[in-house]
Amino acid sequence: MSNDPSKAAVAAGPPPAAPRKVDPAALRPRPPRAKEPAPPLDDKTRGDLARRAFIWHGTAGFITLLLVCFARFFFPRALFEPKTRFTIGYPSDYGFGVDTKWQQKYRIWVCRNASGLFVIYARCTHLGCTPDWKESESKFKCPCHGSGFDSEGMNYEGPAPKPMLRCHLEIDPTGQVVVDTLKLYDYDNAPLRFKDAPPSNKGPLLAV
Amino acid sequence: MAHQDHGHGGHGAPVEAPPEPEVPETQGSLFNVVREKAEPLRKFVGGGYKDTQLWKSVFRHKLDDSHRNRSLAVLSNVFLHLHPARLNRDAVRYNFTWGMGGITFYLFVILTITGTLLMFYFHPSKGQAYKDIMYLQHDVPFGNLLRNMHRWTAHAMVITTWIHMMRVFLTGSYKPPREFNWNIGVLLLLFTMLLSFTGYLLPDDQLGFWAVTVGTNMARATPILGHEGPLGPELGFTAFNDVRFALLGGSVVDANALLRAYIWHCIAIPIIAAVLMIVHFWRIRKDGAISGHAPVMLESEVK
Repeated sequence: MSNDPSKAAVAAGPPPAAPRKVDPAALRPRPPRAKEPAPPLDDKTRGDLARRAFIWHGTAGFITLLLVCFARFFFPRALFEPKTRFTIGYPSDYGFGVDTKWQQKYRIWVCRNASGLFVIYARCTHLGCTPDWKESESKFKCPCHGSGFDSEGMNYEGPAPKPMLRCHLEIDPTGQVVVDTLKLYDYDNAPLRFKDAPPSNKGPLLAV
Repeated sequence: MAHQDHGHGGHGAPVEAPPEPEVPETQGSLFNVVREKAEPLRKFVGGGYKDTQLWKSVFRHKLDDSHRNRSLAVLSNVFLHLHPARLNRDAVRYNFTWGMGGITFYLFVILTITGTLLMFYFHPSKGQAYKDIMYLQHDVPFGNLLRNMHRWTAHAMVITTWIHMMRVFLTGSYKPPREFNWNIGVLLLLFTMLLSFTGYLLPDDQLGFWAVTVGTNMARATPILGHEGPLGPELGFTAFNDVRFALLGGSVVDANALLRAYIWHCIAIPIIAAVLMIVHFWRIRKDGAISGHAPVMLESEVK
């Protein structure tokens, strides 16, 4: 640690190339040192440790609390998404065939056949894209992987494994149709509801 | 429960069994069973976790109070290694350093965390931005807490940056060999102000809108680069090609200005400031730590 520039210059030169001599005794493992019991802590040290633990636990607790808050932050209370239960007007508004006017807003098609009124949830049963209604071919065609469904939502081409699902329908006191897109009917598991059972005023198929 | 060693004691006279320990009445109670079953867990939580390989792979040093061990504990931790392994106790006296540089950095960390979280709800588009702020304040769980943490921390960071600068000035810590770091610090102050300014517009409320209107109007008068500044008009600058135009992405404070403020605020300036902070902290170490003598250098080593 000298500030003398001449000495520093010497020290900065290349080291001498003499081989290092190693004392063999230094290579032998040393016997372990006897452990002395720690002396009892005095009051000041104990106080310091207690204060340190208090600060540390308080800080860790506070940060943990904040992290919990921040996790809750990711789950908003209000959503600005399309309604899942809504009215679509009177049954007499819909004639035979497929009506696509709610597709953009609610992702549904309102359909009528000889049995009655029903609403198909516009979600391909393959991987969840929204198919297109092809009026000229009278079929739903999914643009993603080419699944095809007939005008009642039955799959007949492409990778879709089953027919499209149908929404729950009700008639409200004013006579309008209420659609619930969270309550869906599986075509395969409830064929009676669509085919043989008489249509009612509640369920996937309305007799109106 | 006592186990007798019959291997040795079984040859001679029968060994008298020790008296059975008195069984407390609560021995078989559910409480005791649970306590017995939970004993390994209690030991683990109460310090046993420090014996696991997982813990030891992260924290490799004992708490031995030796110089070597204390140095290793600092040097082998990426967060602690910003600190010198050892320093003079007088160098960290708060009545000399005021702790303002470190506090400013911690505030920056808080701002980074809270700001990132706020970004999850904020759309930087005209109309939607203000709605998102109202949504955050009034409906999102803990949104108001986060917004206020961000806001007050931002105010505090501007203040602590100035106080840090004042302390450095008063203690003469801008003098060689720290003059380079002083300049880095001036840039950091500038970017702190710019972060504050760009964040001002983001709520897209009347306050921020007019503040940024006024602030960017001053940019019109920038010498050479502003269309109302000295030499600006002569060089062909108008309201549609000068520095203010570049800041706003237009001639008025509108959707482009909001988006630009957002990107400067959330991405560009934080990255620039972080790089400058790395240099700042590194140079503090190289120039003799947060306070204290400059490192000894030979005249032949000094440029």
